[in-house]
Amino acid sequence: MRNYIYILVMALTTYFIRVIPLTIFRKEITNKTFRSFLTYVPYVTLSVMTFPAILEITDSVWIAWVGFLTAMVLAYNRVSLFIVSLGCCGLVLLLQMI
Amino acid sequence: MHRDTYFRGVREGIPVMLGYFVVSVTIGIAARKANLTTAQAAFMSLTNLTSAGQFASFAIIASGAPYLEMLISQAVINLRYCLMSCALSQKVDTNLPFRHRLIMAFGITDEIFGLSIRQKGKLDPWYCYGVMTVAIPGWTLGTVLGILSTGAMPDNILNAMNMAIYGMFIAVFMPAARDNKILLPIIFVSMGASALFHALPFFDFISSGMKIIILTLVISMAAALLFPVDEEGGSQA
Repeated sequence: MRNYIYILVMALTTYFIRVIPLTIFRKEITNKTFRSFLTYVPYVTLSVMTFPAILEITDSVWIAWVGFLTAMVLAYNRVSLFIVSLGCCGLVLLLQMI
Repeated sequence: MHRDTYFRGVREGIPVMLGYFVVSVTIGIAARKANLTTAQAAFMSLTNLTSAGQFASFAIIASGAPYLEMLISQAVINLRYCLMSCALSQKVDTNLPFRHRLIMAFGITDEIFGLSIRQKGKLDPWYCYGVMTVAIPGWTLGTVLGILSTGAMPDNILNAMNMAIYGMFIAVFMPAARDNKILLPIIFVSMGASALFHALPFFDFISSGMKIIILTLVISMAAALLFPVDEEGGSQA
């Protein structure tokens, strides 16, 4: 029972964090600096989460580097998300089996 | 129209589902070590949808800490969702009904956010629902499998499936860097700073969730001050 209370506390806390900005900011934010800040947030946060964490997906750092650089080059050249994601997934699998 | 958008979400959500499956298997294994039942672990994954938060919760549950400690730790670890929610609030139509905001918010994770923000123009909530339709079962079933099996999946397959998530992240931020030349240096600075934070033992006292928040706030703010985004047209980041 106690475990379920823990889980409910977690779930509610996390949901509040997610729901508050989305329900409070119901108009366009006009402040230019804040708008610019919000524009940059996705790119910065996803870059920070990707690197260097991606280098730790396998025991072999070079396989991870190959996967990382391949994804970077393919994505920069606008290859579709599906192919970048699953292609690199397959490439890493293949490299590990060699 | 909503129907097409919904199914595009389902399709683009498949790499997320694969990646979630892998991570949640490890969540399930950790849940068993914390003596959670299968039902409890499944319930947790279904209602929380947060990898770092769930990993952190097991130590708290196992130690029988006060509920307040759980609340604070989850708030800190998951604070980045608050930033993502701010960004999404500007991405949806200003007239978007309240109920859609309430449902969409439940699905704000690193991955679903990444996919949502890359949609052209205003974000249709049905796209998010499509991604959630495949991602949430992937997350929950992986947890169940993890708690039932003892890591039966071979490591090299798990590693490769993990790559799917990072490949997806990269596919979200790199194409935009081609259109907006300021973004490429910002991406490399972000990665470099992140590597530095990761490598220097001086920063070990900061949790990984906190590092993401600090780096995101500092770098995005600096970028906003140095390179303000012009209204429509100019710089289309």
